[in-house]
Amino acid sequence: MKFTLSWLKEHLETDASVDEIAEALTDLGLEVEEVSNPAEKLRGFTIGRVLKAEQHPDADRLRVCQVETDQGEKQIICGAPNAREGIRVVVAHPGTYIPGIDTTIQVGKIRGVESHGMMCSEREMQLSDEHEGIIELPSGEVGESFTDWLAANEPAKVDPVIEIAITPNRPDALGVHGIARDLAARGLGRFKPYVAPVVQGAFPSPINVSIDEDTRAGCPLFTGRVIRGVKNGPSPAWLQDRLRAIGLRPISALVDITNFFTFDMNRPLHVFDASKVRGDLRIHRASGGETLEALDERTYTFEPGMMVISDAEGPESIAGVMGGEATGVTEATTDVFLESAYWDPVTIARTGRALKVGSDARYRFERGVDPAFTLPGLEAATKMVLDLCGGEASEVVQAGAVPPDDRSYRLDPARTASLVGLDIPAEEQRETLLKLGFWFDGDMVFPPSWRPDVQGEADLVEEVARVASLSQLEGVPMPRPRPGVPAPMLTPMQRRERAARRTAAALGYNECVTYSFIDRESAALFGGGTEAARLENPISSEMSHMRPDLLPGLLQAAARNQARGFADLALFEVGPVFRGGEPEDQRLQLAGVLVGATGPRDPHGQRRPVDVFDAKADAEAILAALGAPAKAQVLRDTDGWWHPGRSGRIALGPKKTLATFGEVNPKVLRTLGIKGATVAFTIHPEEVPLPRNQGATRPALELSDLQAVERDFAFVVDRTTEAATLVNAALGADRTLIETARIFDEFTGSKAEAQMEEGKKSLALTVRLQPREATLKEDEIEAVSRRIIDKVVAATGGTLRG
Amino acid sequence: MDDLRNKWLAEIAAASDEATLEDVRVRAVGKKGEVSLRMRELGRMSPEERQEAGPRLNALKGEITSALAARRSALEDAALDERLRAEWLDVTLPARHRRAGSIHPVSQVTEEVTAIFADMGFAVAEGPQIETDWHNFDALNIPWHHSSREEMDTFYMARGEGDDRPPHVLRTHTSPVQIRHMLENGAPCRIIAPGRVYRADYDQTHTPMFHQVEGLAVDRAISMANLKWVLEEFFTAYFGTKVRTRFRASHFPFTEPSAEVDIQCSWEGGSLRVGEGSGWLEVLGSGMVHPKVLQAGGIDSAEWQGFAFGMGIDRIAMLKYGIPDLRAFFDSDLRWLRHYGFSALAVPELAGGV
Repeated sequence: MKFTLSWLKEHLETDASVDEIAEALTDLGLEVEEVSNPAEKLRGFTIGRVLKAEQHPDADRLRVCQVETDQGEKQIICGAPNAREGIRVVVAHPGTYIPGIDTTIQVGKIRGVESHGMMCSEREMQLSDEHEGIIELPSGEVGESFTDWLAANEPAKVDPVIEIAITPNRPDALGVHGIARDLAARGLGRFKPYVAPVVQGAFPSPINVSIDEDTRAGCPLFTGRVIRGVKNGPSPAWLQDRLRAIGLRPISALVDITNFFTFDMNRPLHVFDASKVRGDLRIHRASGGETLEALDERTYTFEPGMMVISDAEGPESIAGVMGGEATGVTEATTDVFLESAYWDPVTIARTGRALKVGSDARYRFERGVDPAFTLPGLEAATKMVLDLCGGEASEVVQAGAVPPDDRSYRLDPARTASLVGLDIPAEEQRETLLKLGFWFDGDMVFPPSWRPDVQGEADLVEEVARVASLSQLEGVPMPRPRPGVPAPMLTPMQRRERAARRTAAALGYNECVTYSFIDRESAALFGGGTEAARLENPISSEMSHMRPDLLPGLLQAAARNQARGFADLALFEVGPVFRGGEPEDQRLQLAGVLVGATGPRDPHGQRRPVDVFDAKADAEAILAALGAPAKAQVLRDTDGWWHPGRSGRIALGPKKTLATFGEVNPKVLRTLGIKGATVAFTIHPEEVPLPRNQGATRPALELSDLQAVERDFAFVVDRTTEAATLVNAALGADRTLIETARIFDEFTGSKAEAQMEEGKKSLALTVRLQPREATLKEDEIEAVSRRIIDKVVAATGGTLRG
Repeated sequence: MDDLRNKWLAEIAAASDEATLEDVRVRAVGKKGEVSLRMRELGRMSPEERQEAGPRLNALKGEITSALAARRSALEDAALDERLRAEWLDVTLPARHRRAGSIHPVSQVTEEVTAIFADMGFAVAEGPQIETDWHNFDALNIPWHHSSREEMDTFYMARGEGDDRPPHVLRTHTSPVQIRHMLENGAPCRIIAPGRVYRADYDQTHTPMFHQVEGLAVDRAISMANLKWVLEEFFTAYFGTKVRTRFRASHFPFTEPSAEVDIQCSWEGGSLRVGEGSGWLEVLGSGMVHPKVLQAGGIDSAEWQGFAFGMGIDRIAMLKYGIPDLRAFFDSDLRWLRHYGFSALAVPELAGGV
């Protein structure tokens, strides 16, 4: 909402400065977005007179002028065709900033002749686009400040413009009148009440109006009248200036008048060309399928139930939103039908949204205009039409009535203190509400018709508090819920998420935050991209589906970094993934990717491509930080975006996956444009069971003083025999004596097969025996070793390597 | 006897390597060494002679043994010194590479905010990011026709054929967590709810996803003055300097009265400093929870009242750490992650200052 200072002063008697007004508006909740004060950039310009203008000796189009100024006679070179002796001009002395050419004037030589300043055009001072020549003033004294001259002669050109943001609850502030009322309540001046004139009709309106029974809720009141014999042309300068100042293009007197009341009183109006209206007007619900070409020259098709104003031949207006092109007024219009109606905000909002049509009328009606001002608004506009365009007004036709409004709430002055914490005397609270147009019956308060937002006691408190100013508020300590050291506030899952995040970072991964929505194709690679996870109105096709997994986003991030020249990456993210489109389909995931080599090239020969066991180590470390049980299975059946032979699931049973790790399927990498070795892991923190023991106590540590014994074994097994099978078999040989069993070597590949047999490999196992009661004797060690060999051979079909 | 002593000590001193020294040892105190042989002769001596020669021989043997050990140790030291003189590494070579990870500013700031509010008794509540329109709008006193629904640039989820429910939305703010928390836990309560929110907007200063933290405190006598105190305490702890706030009347459908909150700052020399100067910077929206919102949360608004606020996590991260561009938060540029990220071990805690 924009308005000018002079416009505001039509409704408010005030000596307050623009700055004071702006500050008060923001504090009242009418937040100022911009104040533009044209006078400010014209401060340095003064009026001068050209005493002499002679041809420049060295340039055809330049003139050397002697100019009388406040600083004496100055020589100024000027290229304007109208620079001539005797004219009054606007002078900029050296050192003055010229806004229109973004330059500060200096003394200079132009083609060998000195110039001490500049004579300006309107465009150079950003007053208009006029640049045919320099300004010639009809009056003014030499040395007078140009802004003073403008203020006296063309005030519109130095009228400060204030733009404020209007919150949806304040439709009354969509009119300058309502803004003035707020400022007056704050004490910034005297509010000028508006008294609408009454124009007696000279003849019955030839156009009548009716509202269908089923439309009365949507259109409680419709008023109108014919004005005949008008002369439509450009509106007067004062009106054009006002509209231009707030960014509207003057069109014609009739249209400008409706725009004026829209912004002056928040009272949208419409004028029909009466000669193009056939028969009477009827306000009704569309049955669906009717069409109308509106004033924006687009054709709209009505849905059933939308409100329409029709004449005998069909729809003429999208009620409360936009008039029709066919009945619009033109320069040739002589008879008009002026409409002022009150429309139900919800119905207008629904129609506007469904038809995707915006207008100042819709914007106001859907927020709520003052229903009680419907008829006064018609009268005021009639008066202005008669004043500006002449003609003769008919009697008013009216259908419906101002809807009843019986809102009233009790004012409890103590509530202001309890809710806001401001101590405002009861009398002042009452006074504030009265100034805002509320009225009282005992301690019951009745909101004015222009404040549809006031719907309860809390709203009264808000009015009182904002007018008093929340800047007076002093903080009051809020004690902790219980005295003393605060209790822990995080849930176990929240603590777990943090532990996982910081472990991943400690392992050398950089945390990313990527968008929750990705493109359909990438989502589909990871089991998503379904219709359920689709956004109806994505911002781009790159962000169309909720991510089913963190990996696509991380891999895309990796590809972007590769494109920037970073080949070796360790990235991770902790965040939500979405299995579908319902609130309960959200899960927490942590994912990490390793791309390229383990590090940069170095003289230590340490660099190698990342591999599956890097990913596995990190996944295991993070799982450990989450408190996952150490003994989980590793299953080979992973999802399709993993390398089928080089990935595994760390699981508690086939259905409970804690984590997946491995190489990313090369097809996926190719699609996402990633080069080089790429391994990854995903972890599902919510799947890790919470520890049964909630206490802090650890189980007692049992240490044996007896010497532990390590024995190594090598087995020849089939190439696809899993190490875990060996280890589990070995552990089964003696559950009390064997503390750990671990693979420490794998011999595989063609050399191994040449030594052993086609399709075979060798695995070396080390077993640590920890006696509990007595030191182990050699025959006992022998016996356990034999059992281990037997178990492994039985489990794998392999042999002890000779 | 003195000759013996002088001879052997001289030989020990003269031994220039381990082998010579060992030879000396064998010849002196070895089984057939000179001293050993002399000791064997003790048996043939008279008791008087023995009494005199015995201790002297023993002392001599002890002395030679000590001298041998000292000489051996000296030779070893010399050999080691010799080796060390030969051993040389270019220690200006780069160390073995160790990857350094980092924590994203959004995570770090979320933990900072949590640490401060937890100390004031606020728990952390969570809610889904795909929300029903009831939780995101209606329950927060934003009926379907309310203009702020459009102004929020809401993302909607697609609805399947025949599914007549209103479409779910990507939550446009963290406020629906208020509703879920109140419905589940009732009053009194104190929570913050940090997390991702979504709005269909993308330009210099807007991204379609960003982070907010919601605050909610409901009790019998909580006022806006308490809110002001809580926020000033928070900002002071968060920025590590006394920060004043300014409340301005505003409007949000879910609070009544509502206030925008500015923090004190200066723009001296083009750089922003919070907590000094005479400028004000808008950082959050807040107010007293609207009675209708309490009711939607199943709480009797005649008995309970409270405040709520919402602020941008990314935004306060930018303010505190001088991060210029919001869009870069979600771009995962390694250079950015390293530059603006935090160490894994830099866990925010109040004792050390967040």
